[in-house]
Amino acid sequence: MALDSLKRLLAQPGSSLMTWLVLAIALSLPMTLYVSLENVKQLSRNWDQTSQISVYLKKGVLERFANEMTQEIATWPNVSSAAYIGPDQALKEFSASTGLSDVIFGLADNPLPGVISVIPRLANQDENTLEQLQIKLQEQRHVESVQLDLMWVKRLYQFMELGQRLVWALAALLGLAVLLIIGNTIRLSIESRRDEIRVVKLVGGTDAFVRRPFLYTGLWFGLGGGLIAWILLSAGLYWLSGPVEQLISLYGSEFTLQGLGFVDSLLLIFDGVVLGWLGAWLAVSRHLSRIEP
Amino acid sequence: MAHVQFDRVSKSYPGGHHALTDLSFELAKGEMAFLTGHSGAGKSTLLKLIMLMEKASKGEVLIDGVNLARVSNSQIPYHRRRVGVVFQNHQLLFDRSVFENVALPLRISGYTSRDLERRVRAALDKVGLLSKEKQNPIELSGGEQQRVGIARAVVNKPSLILADEPTGNLDPKLSSEIMGLFEQFNAVGVSVLVASHDLPLINRMGYRVIGLSNGRFAGERAAGVVAGGDRG
Repeated sequence: MALDSLKRLLAQPGSSLMTWLVLAIALSLPMTLYVSLENVKQLSRNWDQTSQISVYLKKGVLERFANEMTQEIATWPNVSSAAYIGPDQALKEFSASTGLSDVIFGLADNPLPGVISVIPRLANQDENTLEQLQIKLQEQRHVESVQLDLMWVKRLYQFMELGQRLVWALAALLGLAVLLIIGNTIRLSIESRRDEIRVVKLVGGTDAFVRRPFLYTGLWFGLGGGLIAWILLSAGLYWLSGPVEQLISLYGSEFTLQGLGFVDSLLLIFDGVVLGWLGAWLAVSRHLSRIEP
Repeated sequence: MAHVQFDRVSKSYPGGHHALTDLSFELAKGEMAFLTGHSGAGKSTLLKLIMLMEKASKGEVLIDGVNLARVSNSQIPYHRRRVGVVFQNHQLLFDRSVFENVALPLRISGYTSRDLERRVRAALDKVGLLSKEKQNPIELSGGEQQRVGIARAVVNKPSLILADEPTGNLDPKLSSEIMGLFEQFNAVGVSVLVASHDLPLINRMGYRVIGLSNGRFAGERAAGVVAGGDRG
């Protein structure tokens, strides 16, 4: 019975393929967004590793104190490393990187404070950990100010939160689209087999018997759509992975574009199958009872 | 016990049309009878009531003593499997072979393939179409198509066969061949009720005739009384 339904679909390869492609596109769109988001997450995890906190010391703090403090901070559990940059070194780096050495030589004394550069250890990229670390640093003696450019991290998380909701909204909408597409396709298929349904009911076919081939048809549509969506996504990711990795490497970050995992792939195809079956079921329960001998 | 029993049955449609009015009759087990009357007299409605394609507005229809008003919707398919029906337009499916058309009621009942093949071939053999099992019914003549319809009606070995104008489109020779098939089934104990307005043929055959007129009982002629009696 299941195979009969498949044969029936394959007997009209043109229209079946069209339906499969439409379903595949509808299924792959939210999945594309999901994969992109997962990659951004992974990327931001990399950035967290390199995000640093600058602790500006008060003017006139002795280098000895500063070094002791740096060593102590380095032993904190959520600190990966800490390094002291004295005012002289800071000035040198500043003049080298800006090319304003002439201006700087003209200065009467060094305006730059000593800075401890702290690299946090972030097991989970929880922004609270960063903030707590910032507060703790602020409370230290000799500390003038602590600068953590948290805003962009916060914004990124907010964007990702937004992105995640967008994925869900898109998935819900396109899931509905899949239901409607399959429902409509099944409805047409029911219409075209009206005579057959009448005869089957007339010779004693139960509702379940009449329903079954259409449910299988929905299942096949969903499975085909899911598989094609998976192929589209995998091909797209493969196509993009080269340029994306090159682009990221320009920023000195190690990054590999993450594809669809095994579980995600299964989920994608499974979603297709479930939506196909559900769409068929909705169409069948709406239209089949209207056909009576 | 009567096989088919109508007890003061009326059937009216929402528009106010009365298809059957206060109709009572019985068909005994193993009996063959004709149902006759002008078109629109209610013959088809009567058969539809037996098939549960319609339900009586008033009165009771009993098949094998079972009141059809008490058959639930989910039980209707099982009721239909016990009754074989033949239609004037045969209701064959042209997307499959003769064999598959006849096999349909068995597939519905969940027969296994070997048993199914045996029974389909037996039914096709009975109507003389065993050699055409692989053809599409659309390639067959009108008389042959009707015989496929009959094979499909009997493949489930029903104890009751209904036929609605089974010879409507056929010439006299083919018509009597078809009627001959019904007589053969009746000879092995199947109850047969044939709606037809082919009076010359009916008269020649000498079975019981039940007449309908405007949805009412319009007299009957007992079996064995040949032509010229009450024409119903």
